[in-house]
Amino acid sequence: MHPRLWFSLLLPPLMLGLALLWFQMTQPLEWLGVSPPPLEELTVERTIIDDDGLALKVRAGGSEPMRIAQVQVDGAYWRFHQEPAGELSRGQAAWLQIPYPWVEDELHEVTLVTGTGVTFGHTIEVAEPTPQPSIEQLSGYGVLGLFVGVLPVALGMCLLPALQHAGARGFQFTLALTLGLLAFLLVDTLEAGLELAAEAASLFQGPALVWLTALVAFLALLGVGRRHGLPPEGRILAWYIALGIGLHNLGEGLAIGGAFAAGAGALGTFLVIGFTLHNLTEGVAIAAPLTRLSIPAWMWVGLVALAGLPAVLGTWLGAYAFAPHWSALFLGLGAGAILQVCVEVADYLRRTAVAEAMSPVSGISVLGVTAGVGIMYATALLVQV
Amino acid sequence: MTGNMITQGEVDHARNGFDPTAMLTDWDTGRVSRLANGQRLREYTITAIDKEIEIAPGLFFPAWTYNGRVPGPSLRATEGDRIRIRFVNAGSHVHTLHFHGIHSARMDGVPGAGEVAPGEAFTYEFDAEPFGCHLYHCHSLPLKRHIHKGLYGAFIVDPDPQRHPEHEPAARSRLLGSEANARWQEFVMVMNGFDTNFDEENEIYAVNSVAHAYVNRPIRLERARPVRIYLINVTEFDPVNSLHLHANFFDYYDHGTTLTPTLRTVDTVMQCQAQRGILEFSFADHEPGQYMFHAHQSEFVELGWMSLFEVV
Repeated sequence: MHPRLWFSLLLPPLMLGLALLWFQMTQPLEWLGVSPPPLEELTVERTIIDDDGLALKVRAGGSEPMRIAQVQVDGAYWRFHQEPAGELSRGQAAWLQIPYPWVEDELHEVTLVTGTGVTFGHTIEVAEPTPQPSIEQLSGYGVLGLFVGVLPVALGMCLLPALQHAGARGFQFTLALTLGLLAFLLVDTLEAGLELAAEAASLFQGPALVWLTALVAFLALLGVGRRHGLPPEGRILAWYIALGIGLHNLGEGLAIGGAFAAGAGALGTFLVIGFTLHNLTEGVAIAAPLTRLSIPAWMWVGLVALAGLPAVLGTWLGAYAFAPHWSALFLGLGAGAILQVCVEVADYLRRTAVAEAMSPVSGISVLGVTAGVGIMYATALLVQV
Repeated sequence: MTGNMITQGEVDHARNGFDPTAMLTDWDTGRVSRLANGQRLREYTITAIDKEIEIAPGLFFPAWTYNGRVPGPSLRATEGDRIRIRFVNAGSHVHTLHFHGIHSARMDGVPGAGEVAPGEAFTYEFDAEPFGCHLYHCHSLPLKRHIHKGLYGAFIVDPDPQRHPEHEPAARSRLLGSEANARWQEFVMVMNGFDTNFDEENEIYAVNSVAHAYVNRPIRLERARPVRIYLINVTEFDPVNSLHLHANFFDYYDHGTTLTPTLRTVDTVMQCQAQRGILEFSFADHEPGQYMFHAHQSEFVELGWMSLFEVV
């Protein structure tokens, strides 16, 4: 390479190093005349409740290494075992084992007291034994996933032959309906992602994680979808919709698995049936671009699997390995994927309308979008707690 | 005895510079001399110092202290003594010494009367009156902060037996240094709390500052000798504190200003902030073993105010 090129590449890191060195040596912050105490931050990422008591996975996010001095449960100091022991540096996680005689179905409040006397609270809303991975439990959570993911998508896609009989206006209505459904899922996914992001340790910058993964996923999928210069339609578009919905269902599975594991599955059967109804329309969305095509059986199965099976994976992850920052990341990905299919479905709707000399923003399409959002909102009433 | 419900680890009393066990009995009787009129003079020096103290294992509190300890020195005098205290403020805020006793307005230790700026000093002077179990604390503003940060201590005034012929033996048994007093096992216990996160609720409750100190090192009692406890409540934020003695009953002298009990044969006593009193009891007829005493607010027990006597 040219020496000048080398120079221009090496100069910035060299200057940065010198600037940092100067900052370290002269400590200009002292000129400000403030010496604040170190910031401390503790986030509880997981809670395991079993015969040995309570176990919490905590992550430190302090400006300096910090120490958990004492642990209170329900306002009483309690012995605990920390693994690994000692100070926790920024970003480091540790498990706290507390031999506490917790009471099933009741609320417990854990307070972590740091060496400087700062307290961090963690509420166990309803104490239930944490699921232990067993064939029986795995199957149970699997069935839960099948019911909220695979079954409704498959049922929704069964409407495909009926949709195939619709005319041009019916086709436009179906696409517009799909757009409405997807718009609802986009908002829902983002909301769920941001909610989990708020629970994640602050150093992971949860909200930024959600927005940025969504943006990157959207751009990447849009780029891949149009890599040959043409927007996806027909079978390909159906695959993309199935992918977006699959990622959304992964998030839904995480939430359901996590809720059941944390004892918040009090609505039980009602909640599961609610999700099944709510997700029926997802199958319609995948079927929408296929209404003028015939598809082989394997593809039908493949689409159902791609859109529905992630719910099974989600319930397992949610029940056994819940970590809010990972969930937030997945939901960000899901939001990006859904935004991509929103754009592509809208574009497809526009192109087909133009080809058939119809207006893309017709009464039918407005009605379709409204119906899509409305159906999702109404069925969501069943699953909101 | 307390199972898993206890603070974990050990407090480094040497680093704190004070030991809760030693604090039970380390009376500060001052430098003693005689005034021209024959009155006994006791001179003390108390210095206010900012100091971080360990109030539970690994848990540090940025305290304001008298003489580097919380509670401050346990001042002990006899009624009628002249008390002269040089108070030096080496802390970062204004402070006072406000005594619960009888004195002039100038010596009250409140803003405008004996309040001392950082780096300055003031000498308080008054007669030790009345006899009893009293306290002193900082009365600078804001009050809550100056008290709960650690500025308080015991002020015990022993009765002069010659002034109480009708209860001479009782008075003599209280007089530190007398033969009658020597057989008593006397302890000072200041019930306090610490709000470590400054949300106006205490994270730690204790007697003499260190949570569970007397569980980890029970207080040794000899069965044959009677027990007298000078109990003082300085707990901030909570309306009352209390002491409950297990397996035994005691006589109680509210404020310690009488020589006959104000409550007889009770096993629990309640005190509001700054209320104090003397407990007298005996384990003479008990079998040896560990006997609990603690606040009978379970909340305070679970947050550190739990103690044990080791009766031998």
